[in-house]
Amino acid sequence: MKKFFTTMVAGAFAAVSGISAAVADPVKVGFVYLTNPGDHGWTYAHEVARLDVNKHFGDKVETTYVENVPEGPDAARVIRELARQGNEIIFTTSFGYMDPTLKVSKEFPDLKFEHITGYKRSGNMATGNIRFYEGRYVQGVVAGMMTKSNKIGYLASFPIPEVIQGINAFALGMRSVNPDAEMSIIWVNSWYDPVKEADAAKVHIAEGADILAQHTDSPAMLQTAEKAGVHGFGQSSDMKAFAPKAQLFSSVNNWAPYYISKIEQMMDGSWSTGDGPDHWAGNTWLGMADDYLVLTEFENMPADVKAAAEAAEAKIRGGYNIFTGPFSDNQGNVILKAGEAYHDGNLWNDMNYYVEGVNGKIPG
Amino acid sequence: MEQLILTVILTSVPLIFAASGELIAERSGVLNLGVEGMMLMGAVSAFAIAMGTGSPILGMFAGAFAGALTAGIFAFFTLGLATNQVATGLALTIFGTGLSGLIGAPLVGHAIDGLPQIHIPMLSDIPILGMLLFQHDIMVYLAVIMVGLCAWVLNATRVGLIIRAVGDNHDSAHALGYSVLGVRLLAVMFGGMMAGLGGAYLPLVLTPHWAEGMTAGRGWIALALVVFASWRPWRVLGGALVFGGITIMQLAGQARGWTIPSQFLSMLPYLATIIVLVLISRNREFALANSPACLGRIFHAGK
Repeated sequence: MKKFFTTMVAGAFAAVSGISAAVADPVKVGFVYLTNPGDHGWTYAHEVARLDVNKHFGDKVETTYVENVPEGPDAARVIRELARQGNEIIFTTSFGYMDPTLKVSKEFPDLKFEHITGYKRSGNMATGNIRFYEGRYVQGVVAGMMTKSNKIGYLASFPIPEVIQGINAFALGMRSVNPDAEMSIIWVNSWYDPVKEADAAKVHIAEGADILAQHTDSPAMLQTAEKAGVHGFGQSSDMKAFAPKAQLFSSVNNWAPYYISKIEQMMDGSWSTGDGPDHWAGNTWLGMADDYLVLTEFENMPADVKAAAEAAEAKIRGGYNIFTGPFSDNQGNVILKAGEAYHDGNLWNDMNYYVEGVNGKIPG
Repeated sequence: MEQLILTVILTSVPLIFAASGELIAERSGVLNLGVEGMMLMGAVSAFAIAMGTGSPILGMFAGAFAGALTAGIFAFFTLGLATNQVATGLALTIFGTGLSGLIGAPLVGHAIDGLPQIHIPMLSDIPILGMLLFQHDIMVYLAVIMVGLCAWVLNATRVGLIIRAVGDNHDSAHALGYSVLGVRLLAVMFGGMMAGLGGAYLPLVLTPHWAEGMTAGRGWIALALVVFASWRPWRVLGGALVFGGITIMQLAGQARGWTIPSQFLSMLPYLATIIVLVLISRNREFALANSPACLGRIFHAGK
């Protein structure tokens, strides 16, 4: 009898909460962060977008995030916990969450999962990314015109497709305006180690570089550039406050339109994983044209450089595919002939070389 | 080339501070694995005070103070409550990382003017050498002075003799009437102060901003350095320059297109430490002569 009673009460509660859900319960959205928003880089950009989501939807959405979640199997625990708490859509914001997200997505077929920067999908798991390399092409154009020593110093994190795309896009932009300029790459083997990034920047400057670019997350490189009187570009978020005289511009990751559109699609029932015959076409991978990647104001450069930067930005916004032939790798092998162009699958699978203008070899 | 050497010197400074402080603590018999946590507390306090007051010098003192205070927590547990030093030290690193992140959250995104360079008159005009040795900020000179001070105190003064006695045989030192816990408390707090200064050097000079976890493992390198230096202060200075030199060499090697894998070069400082450990342990007399015999052991006055 007692058991029957509790069941009745529980049933009544379920009915009540079911009704209220239909009326006003907010849609719950979960986020998994790699570091703390205090990194002022990658995770910070995601946090800014989450706050934009709150602002955009108001009472209709309730967001939760978990920070400092290590990549790898342990992440599955955190994602599962967010799923149990009733989050209907969960965004996992780093490459290393790919397999854990996939695993949990199969355990909760009614929920929706969005994995950032990966390539695996399931029946209820979609992928999303930003075309970071588009901003780097514009950086290359500016660097090629600004450099006096024809030496560009570039800090890289790890030799993964995203980073190689960035290096090559930068070099193509640079060589489009200055056939004599050369880039040298220092791999820091970290996304985030301010002192090592600063050391690498100092080494580049000592070796004669007068323009610096980075695919690491801290503002240390720009601060070093500011002190040494050379120029550089910021990453992920606007880094002007750290280097008002040195920053030419920053490429800012703007995740808000992605998050907002995906949550809206979930609400109106049009959400899909994007899977189809062409795997790569299903990836939500947008760039400057859709304001997923935003360039800050072009500063600290002469008017003609600024005009060229604006022209390059407009060209890409107009749909220009940066990886259009003709171009060769730095060993002189022709990669694409005039008229040929890469599609997204090539960018992920085939780009295992540096293009002309980059010194050295990809490690590993 | 001289620019590269200059970079080596600057990147070694945090290691010199933190490692020579830890060296004193270890010579008194206390193994404090919380160097990373104390450095971060020093870094965040230095940045907060430098930003708030506009004075990087005050920031430097704040960093030293915060490091010593954090070490005081460690001392309370390991000396006062006789907890396990290894476990407490690891906890201190986790604690310091978390608390510095909490304190530093509102400081993210701000930049400061770091410590200015001091050009020593006449000497700084010497070509090359002047730039390498006599145009630094105050903390570079302080680091060298502190190493000299540590060496002198340890090897040539009565205080040093007491520290070493406590570290080598705390029962005998106790029987002679020395306060083992008192000596260790001061040594640990000195180690914390030095770690705080090492941490402070990051936001005050190397990268004038605060970011969570910005020491990125330098506390652990400092711990390795103490062993690498076989508990001798001047060797700490040399070892820090070697570690810094290897770091910069691998970065410069990449910029110049050397074909040695950067991962291998990143590994070198740690490899060097292991080799030194092996060499030390092969020679028993050498090991006994330098490593504090009571290192990591808990002292009970009753026994």
